[in-house]
Amino acid sequence: MHDITVTVDGTTYHKSVEPRTLLVHFLRSDLGRVGTVVGCDTSNCGACTVLVNGRSVKSCSMLAVQADGATITTIQGVSDGNEWHPVQSAFKECHGLQCGYCTPGMVMSSIDLLNENPAPSEEEIREGLEGNLCRCTGYHNIVKSVKRAAELMEEGSK
Amino acid sequence: MTDVVDVSTALGRPIKRKEDARLLHGQTNWTDNIQLPGTVHMAILRSPFAHATITSLDVSGALAMPNVVAAYGPEELGDLNGSVPCVWPVTDDMVAPDFPALAKGKVRHVGDCVAVVLATDNQSAVDALEAIVVDYEPLDAVVNMEKAISPDTAYVHDDKGTNTCYVYNLGGGYDEKVKEADVVVKRRFINQRLIPAFMEPRSVVAAPMGMSEEITLWSSTQVPHILRLLLALVTGVPENNLRVIAPDVGGGFGGKLQCYREEILVTQLARKLGRPVKWTETRSEDMVATHHGRDQIQDIEIAAKSDGTLVGLKVDLIANMGAYLQIITPGVPLLGMFMYPGIYKMGAYDFKCTGVFTNTTPTDAYRGAGRPESTYAIERIMDELAAELGMEPMELRKNNWIKHEEFPYTTIAGLTYDTGNYELATARALELFDYDALRAEQKQRRESGDPVQLGIGISTFTEMCGLAPSRTLGALKYVAGGWEHCTVRVLPTGKVEVITGTSPHGQGHETAWSQIASSILGVPVEDIEVVHSDTGRAPYGMDTYGSRSLAVGGQAIKAASERLVEKARIIAAHQLECSASDLDYVNGVFQVKGDPEKAQPLGAVAFEAFTAHNLPDGVEPTLSAEATIDPEDFSYPHGTHLAAMEVDTQTGKATLRKYVCVDDVGIQVNPMIVEGQVHGGLAQGIGQALYEGAFYDEDGQPLNANLSTYLVPGAPDLPSFTTDTTCTPSSTNPLGTKGVGEAGAIASTPAIINGIVDALRPMGVTDVPMPATPMTVWKTIQAAQGGK
Repeated sequence: MHDITVTVDGTTYHKSVEPRTLLVHFLRSDLGRVGTVVGCDTSNCGACTVLVNGRSVKSCSMLAVQADGATITTIQGVSDGNEWHPVQSAFKECHGLQCGYCTPGMVMSSIDLLNENPAPSEEEIREGLEGNLCRCTGYHNIVKSVKRAAELMEEGSK
Repeated sequence: MTDVVDVSTALGRPIKRKEDARLLHGQTNWTDNIQLPGTVHMAILRSPFAHATITSLDVSGALAMPNVVAAYGPEELGDLNGSVPCVWPVTDDMVAPDFPALAKGKVRHVGDCVAVVLATDNQSAVDALEAIVVDYEPLDAVVNMEKAISPDTAYVHDDKGTNTCYVYNLGGGYDEKVKEADVVVKRRFINQRLIPAFMEPRSVVAAPMGMSEEITLWSSTQVPHILRLLLALVTGVPENNLRVIAPDVGGGFGGKLQCYREEILVTQLARKLGRPVKWTETRSEDMVATHHGRDQIQDIEIAAKSDGTLVGLKVDLIANMGAYLQIITPGVPLLGMFMYPGIYKMGAYDFKCTGVFTNTTPTDAYRGAGRPESTYAIERIMDELAAELGMEPMELRKNNWIKHEEFPYTTIAGLTYDTGNYELATARALELFDYDALRAEQKQRRESGDPVQLGIGISTFTEMCGLAPSRTLGALKYVAGGWEHCTVRVLPTGKVEVITGTSPHGQGHETAWSQIASSILGVPVEDIEVVHSDTGRAPYGMDTYGSRSLAVGGQAIKAASERLVEKARIIAAHQLECSASDLDYVNGVFQVKGDPEKAQPLGAVAFEAFTAHNLPDGVEPTLSAEATIDPEDFSYPHGTHLAAMEVDTQTGKATLRKYVCVDDVGIQVNPMIVEGQVHGGLAQGIGQALYEGAFYDEDGQPLNANLSTYLVPGAPDLPSFTTDTTCTPSSTNPLGTKGVGEAGAIASTPAIINGIVDALRPMGVTDVPMPATPMTVWKTIQAAQGGK
């Protein structure tokens, strides 16, 4: 077992973990942060995407011990309580989700994408979300949502 | 009585979804999030062989592993090893082999369950699988469907002495009628095997309640009500002691319409151990153990006069059942049986389907279930016939489709299509597509010998929705009905519960059902809670599949809401000291005619019904009403879908440049949700055409059973779509709705392939296998060019 210290959504945790424990299982099983979900076992679907020190990471492709000392933001930490992050608002406004299972990862990847590129084209959005699979929406409204989020963030920064 | 509800406030508006707040904040209740005290986790040892005899199985090693509570093979499990049920014996002589949850003596597909381990944490359970010792003696695997029904074959179930599950015939007049034809076109289409690949892997938790016989089961299922009944029948747990809850469910597409072996095992082991048992599949398990879809060989023959008038259609299918029958495995091809004639008039139709067992994952319903297969066949062969006749493919369709003034129209397959206007939807689609300009560009590219050729793919489809009139299901030997239930309750505070038997998993019922109830009750959408997917809170229902929820369940909501208003009217009249017929009901308030100041809102009536201090004689306390509706008939949405395909003749890469569809789904409750359903369906249908296919090698080993190699389309693989709708209200239900959940998946596959074939037809190409990957298209071009 290894002792790690990780800050997740504003709370700092000191935990002992098995070396083989994936970050996503640490979040879900050890911390009960079940907003982040598991969709595959080959790092293809992106449903488990979180921000590690501000950058998007598929939390199934990282060991918990590798996150020692890191600051992690999950879907449960992007806005306070009943607040809405512009990306969350845009996904609701544009019907960018149906079953909602890919949504935590899709929102986290979109946040990272918009941090990198505040005004992406459709092609840049599609390429930027390549690592996140959705089976419900056909991506049409996800693309619209990310464009709308860019507008909302632009308005918010004025 | 003039009841006025401003329906523009609710019905037909693109209201944002109620579901989204929790889904967007990670506050969702997926089954895998449920962690009850004392839970043991189940891990499953699955067969690595497609077909083998288990010569010995020893689970004792697993018991010595850390944190392991129990381990079972079929011998140890004994009578608790239930069998997966099939509820659709399509013929009297259908071969229905036993499908035990844990395989007994033989395994019959890669992924078949061999043994289970239960441990106090999931990882310990998975680790302990390594300590189980199994000896297999591999047997010849039956993989190829045609070989399976040839004399020279092994048997998937050797005690049955055949791999033929059933042979089903319909019609019989084609061979005589075809004599009138000038042209006959024959094609063999392969509608390949697909994997539903919903994003939330399946998960099940069963919890026994103390010393009683009661068990609560949470499952990521589409069908909690059907599952409860089937689990009761399979396990012997009294139905009244079994509560099934489908909490938030992350997609299904038919893949969660099942009574799975893992659900049986978890239920039985929770009973046996007297503590909660949990199982969540990995994606790699999902892709061999969740049922697959499609997988048909289609021999299609169409006959026509030289002017293009259709004479008849002959369909001969071989349908892959996989290794066992599950809930409606044998019936899926028959759901398509009625739809092969599509939107066209013709004089004869013969249908034959041979269901075949192979050593592969069992098949069952996947988005469209039989109808995508039939639509693919008819829309592909119409293009081939047009080419044979030298006709424009859209002209051939126009000459043969049912004209709008001919509805209701009884087709050669015996269905009566309720309403439709193919002319209108097509005209709108052609306009949005800029059809003539694209045809001109195609001509120009052909003439200039452009290495990138342009093709236009057409699909003018219809489907049958609203499963289903119970009598029709009975005639088809399906063992259940197709009704739907709703109870509407107004609580003492004026808040409303709409208790539905449908079970959403992404379709937005919480929003749309609120809109229907709001439009009748006049209560704001936000004051209505839709209760669903819990047999404890919503005891009656037939669940969600087959584009039935709105077309059937919506009617029940409407009827129950209207009955509730009538009960409330009697109480309100008593309160207002007038006769019930003197009251108008306007936006949630009963008003005395001619004196609207004298009024009683629904909430006040509900409180009166609750206190019961002053109810009229003969009126029972509480304010609720219910309705159980059996649909009068199916509904038939239709649409015209057009795809512009650019095909690089040097690399074989086919790119979807533009997609336009105009769908007629009747009256829409929430156009935003309708459009989203179309988008998602398109992606799955395009996925079948261009990317997806589950394949096996000759030993029955799956070649791509994971998300790395089974290509669920990603965002860069698809364009944005141009969608629009026309509306001919359905005449088979009072809301005028038709159903939309499967439309996009049914219509789009032939549009894409027709587009690719259209691009390459001058090169001699007359068909392209699916998925039309660059390699496949390139090889097809080479073959057509004589292997140059």
